[in-house]
Amino acid sequence: MVTVAEKMRAKQALTGAEAVAHAMRQIEPHVVAAYPITPQTPIVEYFAQFVADGLVKTEMIPVESEHSAMSAVVGAAASGARAMTATSANGLALMHEVVYITASMRLPVVMPVVNRALSGPINIHCDHSDSMAERDSGWIQLYAENNQEAYELTILAVRLAESEEVRLPVMVCLDGFILSHGVEPLEIYPDDQVKNFVGEVKPYYPLLDTSHPVTYGPIDLYDYYFEHKRQQIEGMKGAKRLFPAIAQEFEKAFGKRYDFVERYRTDDADCVIVALGSTNSTIKYAVDWMREEGQKVGLLKLWTFRPFPKEEIRKALDGKKAVVVLDRAASFGAEAPLYEAVKSSLYNAAHRPAMGSYIYGLGGRDIRPEDIRKAADDALKGELNADEQMYLGLRE
Amino acid sequence: MPITMKELALEFDKKNPGITQGHRLCPGCGAPITAKFVLMVAKHLGYDPLVGVATGCLEVSTTIYPYTAWSIPYIHNAFENISATVSGVETASRALKKWGKIPQDKRHAFIAFGGDGGTYDIGLQSLSGAVERGHNFLYVLYDNEGYMNTGNQRSGSTPPGAQTTTAPVGKVIPGKPQLKKNIVEIIAAHENVYAATVSLSDPVDFFNKVEKGLNFQGPAFLAAMSPCVRFWRVPESDTVKIARLAVESNYWPLYEVEKGVYRVTRKPKSFKPVEEFLKSQGRFRPLLSRPDADKIVGELQAYVDARWERLLALEEATKDKPIRK
Repeated sequence: MVTVAEKMRAKQALTGAEAVAHAMRQIEPHVVAAYPITPQTPIVEYFAQFVADGLVKTEMIPVESEHSAMSAVVGAAASGARAMTATSANGLALMHEVVYITASMRLPVVMPVVNRALSGPINIHCDHSDSMAERDSGWIQLYAENNQEAYELTILAVRLAESEEVRLPVMVCLDGFILSHGVEPLEIYPDDQVKNFVGEVKPYYPLLDTSHPVTYGPIDLYDYYFEHKRQQIEGMKGAKRLFPAIAQEFEKAFGKRYDFVERYRTDDADCVIVALGSTNSTIKYAVDWMREEGQKVGLLKLWTFRPFPKEEIRKALDGKKAVVVLDRAASFGAEAPLYEAVKSSLYNAAHRPAMGSYIYGLGGRDIRPEDIRKAADDALKGELNADEQMYLGLRE
Repeated sequence: MPITMKELALEFDKKNPGITQGHRLCPGCGAPITAKFVLMVAKHLGYDPLVGVATGCLEVSTTIYPYTAWSIPYIHNAFENISATVSGVETASRALKKWGKIPQDKRHAFIAFGGDGGTYDIGLQSLSGAVERGHNFLYVLYDNEGYMNTGNQRSGSTPPGAQTTTAPVGKVIPGKPQLKKNIVEIIAAHENVYAATVSLSDPVDFFNKVEKGLNFQGPAFLAAMSPCVRFWRVPESDTVKIARLAVESNYWPLYEVEKGVYRVTRKPKSFKPVEEFLKSQGRFRPLLSRPDADKIVGELQAYVDARWERLLALEEATKDKPIRK
């Protein structure tokens, strides 16, 4: 039995970038291709040091752009290697074309994405515009609330991506600066436990097996393309089916329980706030604060955005008086992406809650507990308008 | 040891160079001949070839799902990234050898094919990066001087005055004003590289350079004069003849640069006028019928002559003086 004191001792103060780099060190992929700027994060710098110090056998490809990073990763993964990269913001946008190709080739690549605002204007600070732009690329998207989760989800993602039922790439999203550069105490699990959990990659149709030659990336016209896209949809359904089992194995190995969603004080809540990423910690603080004052507020945090946990959301929100969705990205000319998806999941709810959409934190604008209270107060007062876009922390 | 014609004839007789019949490239297309030349030599030398192909004629016409004309491992990713993709494959092979997943003595040959669009233009950054990093691969450019797959648009390789849809010869503008980019010089400037020109018309020279490129420790680059019968407006039977004219007119000099050392591999006593090369193709007809044709042809001839003189001087100056060890 591990005592609390031992557990505390095992904790290290690490930034999110360092935590993810440690996950990569323990996963020890065969190939990592990465570009440091546009903008990258310290993830690849830490990892390069692990390579230089001989802590991993990984071959690194210091490519000349993110487009080439993703391209080299495609070549390596198709060859039968476990291949990873990491990126952020404009770098992810530059990869965009190959991000789609990776998913359509069903290559199980895991990529930490440090969420930062897309240009223009050039910004560098946190929001979710970069990963939301890849929402429909066919990648699984997981969002971390803190550094511990960023570390753990990176490890979990390998198993999810490489499962036969799934065979899809995964983005592990962590908030830029708030997590990537913010130091938190966290527990790094023993190397052998992580290696045991991720196991060895099982290559499917590897290019390097020259005695069984395969063609990757043929031209696929109207007579088959549609069926192949349908197969990708099935792969994503596979991820939805399989995620609980992998999460359960993860819990058995490391004692931490993951799910599609985390319900925080939602059972008797009148108003539930829904969000992605690090803001969930701030929301938990605001929820506790409001609860102390007797207001029945709760939080529904999403760990998975793709596949989107429609049923779980409906189950958690059906019959609530009000739901407030916080988005750290805009969809110009339409509803904010998380709000739109949550709202649509409630179409078949028996008792649809009142809903409100709040955009916050674009370009790294801070969100304070008071801002969150403001949204929850609107909801509790019955002042939500499901069709109106509202903002938190914005000068109008 | 240079490969003999007899050895290659035997390789050819096996009818399995890696790209098979049944592809849908145009009759007379230079691209599959280029691919066959390269792969026959690779196989003859005992390599296990893997190919990556940039988006373009060779790619779309050989892999129309659910068919493939490739009997060796093949990957296509996108237009501009074949060098990065192949560098991933090459690196994976080194990593998997380190992990003991692939036998140490496995002799893969990593070969990337790209047209001029995917090489001179959109794929140049990816190619430069892969060459700079020193991946052990052979990049083969099949140069047909335009975006032929999409119907003859101008590329950085299109010669001045050639009729294309995006730089047409018009009433005012005499087609593309710029000369061809010198891609071999660009690649050779990476220094730790073997770069050479080849032509379908000179197979022995071609085979020798493929052999050198494959055996070179590091990146190698071949620029193959590879006529497009469709948009050069020449008969399907004339592919090799036109390639020969390119060499005989010195429009396409045959040379190689190994770690900065230049060597001209074909030095005839005299050359045919470039005009003869131009006149052999319908794509130059609109230019040649213009009143200022002589001026434009004269400028091209002057460039070809100057380039030849420079090449000979470089050969002299760099003899036995590799810039990298």
